[in-house]
Amino acid sequence: MSESSQATVHRPAGTAGQGARARIALVLVSHSERLAQGAVELAAQMAPGVVLLAAGGRDDGGLGTSYDRVSAAVGEAAADADGVVVIADLGSAVMTVESVIELDDELDGRVRLADAPFVEGAVAAAVTAHGGGSLEEVLMSAEHAGGTFASLDAAVEQAGQERDALAPEPGDLSRTVVLRNPLGLHARPAALLARMIAGFDASVTIDGVNGASVLELMKLGATGGQELTVAAQGPQGSEALAAVVEAIDGGFGEV
Amino acid sequence: MTLDVAWALRWTRLTAQEIARSKAELTELDRQIGDGDHGENLNRGFQAVLAKLDTVDPPEQIGDVLKLVATTLMSSVGGAAGPLYGTAYLRAAKVTGLAELDPHGVVALLEGALEGITARGKASPGEKTMVDAWHPAVDAAEAAAGQGAGTTQVLAAAVAAAREGAEATIPLVATKGRASYLGERSAGHQDPGATSTALILAAALAAVETADPVAATPDE
Repeated sequence: MSESSQATVHRPAGTAGQGARARIALVLVSHSERLAQGAVELAAQMAPGVVLLAAGGRDDGGLGTSYDRVSAAVGEAAADADGVVVIADLGSAVMTVESVIELDDELDGRVRLADAPFVEGAVAAAVTAHGGGSLEEVLMSAEHAGGTFASLDAAVEQAGQERDALAPEPGDLSRTVVLRNPLGLHARPAALLARMIAGFDASVTIDGVNGASVLELMKLGATGGQELTVAAQGPQGSEALAAVVEAIDGGFGEV
Repeated sequence: MTLDVAWALRWTRLTAQEIARSKAELTELDRQIGDGDHGENLNRGFQAVLAKLDTVDPPEQIGDVLKLVATTLMSSVGGAAGPLYGTAYLRAAKVTGLAELDPHGVVALLEGALEGITARGKASPGEKTMVDAWHPAVDAAEAAAGQGAGTTQVLAAAVAAAREGAEATIPLVATKGRASYLGERSAGHQDPGATSTALILAAALAAVETADPVAATPDE
């Protein structure tokens, strides 16, 4: 019925290859068909290796939530993945998801509804899933996205404290590098870095924040020309450090 | 009067009739404090229930009717009333694996419905939601059954309490659901969900009182 040109499903390009790394799929449920599709599109740009399904609107395409659409999307996602995290926008979408989870016996605890803001939660969860996160990790990532954006002042203050805690220790590898792209560490490069870092067996901080967290990186608000301190530790610390520095120095293809 | 599967079917058809007749009124109530779609949504749901009843084999048990209503409402309503009433009918169906309801069966059905709505919507009495009609209805039904009333009187007690409960939502300030976004401005309007609850329960009573004479004839 919905002959929309926008995708309702995002699947990794090479499902059998590297894209299969994400074990957790996401279902995004909105009152609006287009809002759900837009959220899938946005999250897919940041996390191309994750199966993302939109379940928005009523069966006739109007505003609302459809039990059948949600049920079909959740079933399809669960068939392919170890687990499914669902993010929903408003009251009836949340209640419809809960009904689906309660009524479908085959889902068997592998589907969880995140108590998360729709867009921020979807992006954070998708990036964590892309990095190979477990059901619990992807869920937590979505749920913590709310606090990250809800009170930015508090978050910045907290980030300052965490920064002290994450300050490079003796033995850490560390380098400084200048952000060369004019727009700085906006969403796309932040996601790119976070994904890259998650792929190494290493712990990397950028200006003191967790480099594997796309939201932490975006919160830095780092702009073009700014100098960043990258520190790494762990078995693949030096490889991770080199890759991150190279990506930043390369301007993320934007220079 | 017997509360059997024929009663459950009459209840369902009368509910659909009543919701269709009150569609504009419910939508108007919802326009004042919500998003103005309660009447349309619920009517779409119950019309879908009628259509479904015409295509399936005749249900054999009360619980089958309730389950059919539950799944159809969830699939077709589109608003919060879908999962809320859907879960209510579903939980009501779980407790009525009986061919006929006695007064305690009526109470169990209503309790199941209330439990479903609170599980799904997480509202408590006094928050200006459909719980404000369901809660007093269950209390009144329990009290009536405890005093030895018959099925019809138990239902009548529930209907009277649901109507009073719905009217009592007028001065309340909403703290759950879409109306809670309005804060103080939600006071002065009757809650649409509590209103539709009273309609649904009134149809259950009417379905007893308008018992189809053919269905009521005992087997020879």
